[in-house]
Amino acid sequence: MYAYDKYDQAMVDARVEEFRDQARRRLEGTLSEEQFKPLRLMNGLYLQLHAYMLRVAIPYGTLNSRQMIALADIADKYDRGYGHFTTRQNIQYNWIKLEDAADILADLSRVEMHAIQTSGNCIRNISSDHFAGAAHDELVDPRPYAELLRQWSSFHPEFTYLPRKFKICVIASEKDRAAMRLHDIGIQIVRNDNGEIGARFYVGGGMGRTPMIAPMIRSFVALDQLVTYAEACLRVYNRYGRRDNKYKARIKILVHELGAEEYTRQVEEEFAHLLDVGVEPPRAELERIKEFFADPAFEDGPKTLDRSDPDFALWVDRNTHRHKHDSYVSAVISLKPVGGIPGDASGDQMRVMAQLAEQYSFDEMRITHTQNVVLPHVRIADLHALWTALDQAGLGAPNLDTIEDMIACPGLDYCSLANARSIPLAQRISERFGASGKTAKLGELKLKISGCINACGHHHAGHIGILGVDRKGVENYQLSLGGSEAEDVSLAKITGPGFTENGVIEAVETVTDVYLQRREGEERFLDTYRRIGMEPFKEALYD
Amino acid sequence: MKILTGNDLKSGAVIWWDGENWSLHVDDATDVGTHGEEIMAREEALRQVNVPYMIDAERTDDGVRPSHIKDRVRALGPTVRPDLTLKPQDPQALDWVI
Ligand code: SF4
Repeated sequence: MYAYDKYDQAMVDARVEEFRDQARRRLEGTLSEEQFKPLRLMNGLYLQLHAYMLRVAIPYGTLNSRQMIALADIADKYDRGYGHFTTRQNIQYNWIKLEDAADILADLSRVEMHAIQTSGNCIRNISSDHFAGAAHDELVDPRPYAELLRQWSSFHPEFTYLPRKFKICVIASEKDRAAMRLHDIGIQIVRNDNGEIGARFYVGGGMGRTPMIAPMIRSFVALDQLVTYAEACLRVYNRYGRRDNKYKARIKILVHELGAEEYTRQVEEEFAHLLDVGVEPPRAELERIKEFFADPAFEDGPKTLDRSDPDFALWVDRNTHRHKHDSYVSAVISLKPVGGIPGDASGDQMRVMAQLAEQYSFDEMRITHTQNVVLPHVRIADLHALWTALDQAGLGAPNLDTIEDMIACPGLDYCSLANARSIPLAQRISERFGASGKTAKLGELKLKISGCINACGHHHAGHIGILGVDRKGVENYQLSLGGSEAEDVSLAKITGPGFTENGVIEAVETVTDVYLQRREGEERFLDTYRRIGMEPFKEALYD
Repeated sequence: MKILTGNDLKSGAVIWWDGENWSLHVDDATDVGTHGEEIMAREEALRQVNVPYMIDAERTDDGVRPSHIKDRVRALGPTVRPDLTLKPQDPQALDWVI
């Protein structure tokens, strides 16, 4: 994985000291909250329901065990013994003290991490496929391109004050495991008819108040023009994005209002201009970055498993993913134990994961946007030992991509923007379906829960989505069906009037019953919904 | 009743105006009547509180209860981590929030 050079390190260290001084001035009273707020937000420090919250960037979700241990130490030393992995492949701490914040940033810097650009109207952490560099179906490892874009977008002077926050995703397979088309810019690395590798650009996707699927604006950009094309996309947005209305300020609104064709025309014009200016980093820089992502030293070994232990076999079937080397798999550690809080991990659990990554996965981990942790390169020969260790640590839940593996945002338990709680719903649904054995019958079913319209819980993209709303001071929940953030991307549709907390749990039970009654063959919930439409579900819910 | 809340500048902890000082416990909150703005301006200038605001609440047999669920969650702590709330030993505390 990428290692900081002296420039990266110097930039991050300088930022820590700058923030230390800003925090000191705030505590002494020479900076007002109004003056300090944008400064702390630039360093990922929010003020949430119970305390300050610090969001730490995990670039494209990749980290090593030394970094994971540092995250665990921060949880134990400065927080309350845990952290929350987010749908942006980052981690958040919920109980931070302002007086500790600069020390935490310094601890992060020592392991080449930071919280810069995890808030504010700038380009946020670049996201990617959590199986990048390991997946059997990828064209190339997308992370060097994500890293190039990370370097380009870090402290980019022109894009520090965009109309609104900006999220970029890079993948390199037909299968979309990163919700690529629901980003402001989604980039897919593709091969063209001439056999050349380049980047396909989708622009103007997003969730939130006005969910949109990004249209493709260019099918092929040469890789030595990748940054230039991204810059052109941003420039047009920065120039014409709506700064007058926060709710219309995301690029998706601009692309929608101009029309994809006109937006593309303007981008192409800007692109032609930028090609003359020459903003692309030298090719040597990309080659330098690529070296950091070279494959580890894979070795041939056993390709089959002893599946005689049914619990182990179930975990293998559910929680592992085919690797590009046939003696390896990628193993996913579910952070969704039945009744647990999706995405939360204690300091001790983080240390266990770090130690197992070091032992079994070339010292690498990935955070998924579904709030789990991947050990990308595990020898098939080591899988049983890994599973045994995970199981002993309470990290062996065999439920990936099932209804128990839901996304849930922090909701009203932690988030000051929330209308309703998300986590208790997640807990009750997983307990109910886990206890009844229905999880297995349902197979792949993606449930996603957001506590407000900002949609951090990706409810628009859930096969079943739940959105918390405030109904005269009382929590209420809208149910939606039919979303997908994969390559068959679609936006979920609301079923009808909302439900109480108990009511929405019953409603989930009801729609899954309809699916079980109506499914044909191997259909997933989503397939059945797409075949039979909303009506049968509505009838069961409201008649 | 009208009560004042905000966060402690240094720790970020949720605090409530008790008439003389800031308390961690919502039950200590006092009715500020029409003096809320003035108290908030003074206390914020003294850095005794960060981002203060005034809310509606009622005094019940169980103490002071903010009208909105968000402030009740703030008053107690996350409902999904009773061990981290101000009343970890009280199983009824969550009912009070909801
Ligand atoms: S969706 Fe809303 S409630 Fe949930 S984390 Fe995002 S802003 Fe907070």
